[in-house]
Amino acid sequence: MIKSELVQRIAAQNPHLYQRDVENIVNAILNEITAALARGDRVELRGFGAFSVKERPARTGRNPRTGQHVEVDQKCVPFFKTGKEMRERLNRSDIDDDSSPSKDIAS
Amino acid sequence: MSAKTVTRADLCEAVYQKLGLSRTESAALVELVLKEITDCLERGETVKLSSFGSFVVRKKGQRIGRNPKTGKEVPISPRRVMVFKPSAILKQRINAEPVGAED
Repeated sequence: MIKSELVQRIAAQNPHLYQRDVENIVNAILNEITAALARGDRVELRGFGAFSVKERPARTGRNPRTGQHVEVDQKCVPFFKTGKEMRERLNRSDIDDDSSPSKDIAS
Repeated sequence: MSAKTVTRADLCEAVYQKLGLSRTESAALVELVLKEITDCLERGETVKLSSFGSFVVRKKGQRIGRNPKTGKEVPISPRRVMVFKPSAILKQRINAEPVGAED
């Protein structure tokens, strides 16, 4: 699924909204997450997962093609940790035992 | 300093500010966006959100793990995991922010 398909699916369930509005909603959410990470904040979405920023120290890397040493600056990378409910849902439908009475997290 | 945690409430507020829908409806829409993404992943489908990143479901085979407390070997059952691949734009934006640029 790509962003435009996500927008379409949400628009289909909300006929009173313009597709453009739904697009703005999806973008507002993603922008808010991006802005938070850019500030160095954490974004925690219970049941879904948490986004955070990890620092990578400067290091000496190598150009794999030429073998030359290159200095790589310190940088920050986004990191995502899957939420508990998401983890459970990913493994509920798949691979045989979906009959096991695993706890259904009702929040 | 930057120990703040952004939650659903903040996302709802952002949607509310931007669209001018009611708070209740904004909250419901944030929930729906997350639900649609989750449903898709549950079906094993990749979700690509341009300029943000993509969520990919990977299958892991069975392997032998260890209980770190007892040191006992335990089989880890095959499972599906989800990984987030940040887009180049997201990575750029995270590094663009000057850290010590206040005062």
